[in-house]
Amino acid sequence: MLLFTCPNCGPRNETEFHYGGQAHVPYPEHPDQLTDREWAEYLFYRENTKGIFAERWVHSTGCRQWFNMLRDTVSYDVKAVYRMGEQPPALAEPVSNQPTSISAPEGAKS
Amino acid sequence: MSLLEKPYFLMPKGSAEMANSVNNTGVAALRRSPAEHLWTDFTVGSVAGERGVTLREVPFQTMVGIRVDPVSEAGVRLADVTGGLPVRCGEVTTGPAGVSVLWLGPDDFLAIAPGDAQDRLPGLLVAALGDGAGQVVDLSSNRTTFELSGPSARAVLEKSCAADLHPRSFAVGTAITTEVGKVPTPLWKTGEETFMLFPRASLADHLGRWLLDGLKEFASDRNPSWL
Ligand SMILES: [Zn+2]
Repeated sequence: MLLFTCPNCGPRNETEFHYGGQAHVPYPEHPDQLTDREWAEYLFYRENTKGIFAERWVHSTGCRQWFNMLRDTVSYDVKAVYRMGEQPPALAEPVSNQPTSISAPEGAKS
Repeated sequence: MSLLEKPYFLMPKGSAEMANSVNNTGVAALRRSPAEHLWTDFTVGSVAGERGVTLREVPFQTMVGIRVDPVSEAGVRLADVTGGLPVRCGEVTTGPAGVSVLWLGPDDFLAIAPGDAQDRLPGLLVAALGDGAGQVVDLSSNRTTFELSGPSARAVLEKSCAADLHPRSFAVGTAITTEVGKVPTPLWKTGEETFMLFPRASLADHLGRWLLDGLKEFASDRNPSWL
């Protein structure tokens, strides 16, 4: 059983949380101008990272708040947790989906 | 013009419930609590002695859900009524007339008070919220209260609650939201050996029976003769 550290509640069992997918996916600035393909990419296309991944979690049975996590998808090591709206903290290892490095669909601005 | 003469939609929020209870004093006698059918089992199943543990339901407590930014003006007004709002996970504030407020989230609180507060407390809180951003909802029927107490109370909970209940991290007077027997519930430690659980009504039967099952081993002889 993994222990996740909720920014509000501290360390809790993994079963108290639910996964929310990749973090820092920018909402398209002009969604009405996107082609179907671009919209589908915004909705469904995500990184498939081997390594450190920035992702969203919600503490469902605790404070019911969302937060971000940097997790190693190979070792399941949790490298950092940080609040919604915050940028991922700097790590020694590279993070695959840093907001700056993500390839946003055409028409989207991060 | 009295409250009852006003059209319903002109009444301040919460006053309809007050008027309702004024007109229906007989209703209280007809209420059935979610675990009432287990009260005999609770009495029989509870264990006395140095390994003892007692389970009982505390029915019909007043509970009010509060969603508000605690540092907003509305949050300050609500805190005036409840005697404060907790600021961090685990914290419980206690105020006048037996009102306690549990921290559920940074802007999410559960006010708990004795049953006789239900006629007044929700209305007072609704009035305190006023036009401020937030929510005050009478949730008294949403959950019931179980009290688990005695030297073995923690041992019973630890069978099926993943939270760290050791006194060094779970002190008297703190409350957390967690799961006991997979039932989501706030868990409030009100004494060295006393815990309050607040299962939703529909899960009270399951959790009541689950805890009873957890009591059983403490009723048996620690050194059975056949050993
Ligand atoms: Zn939390």
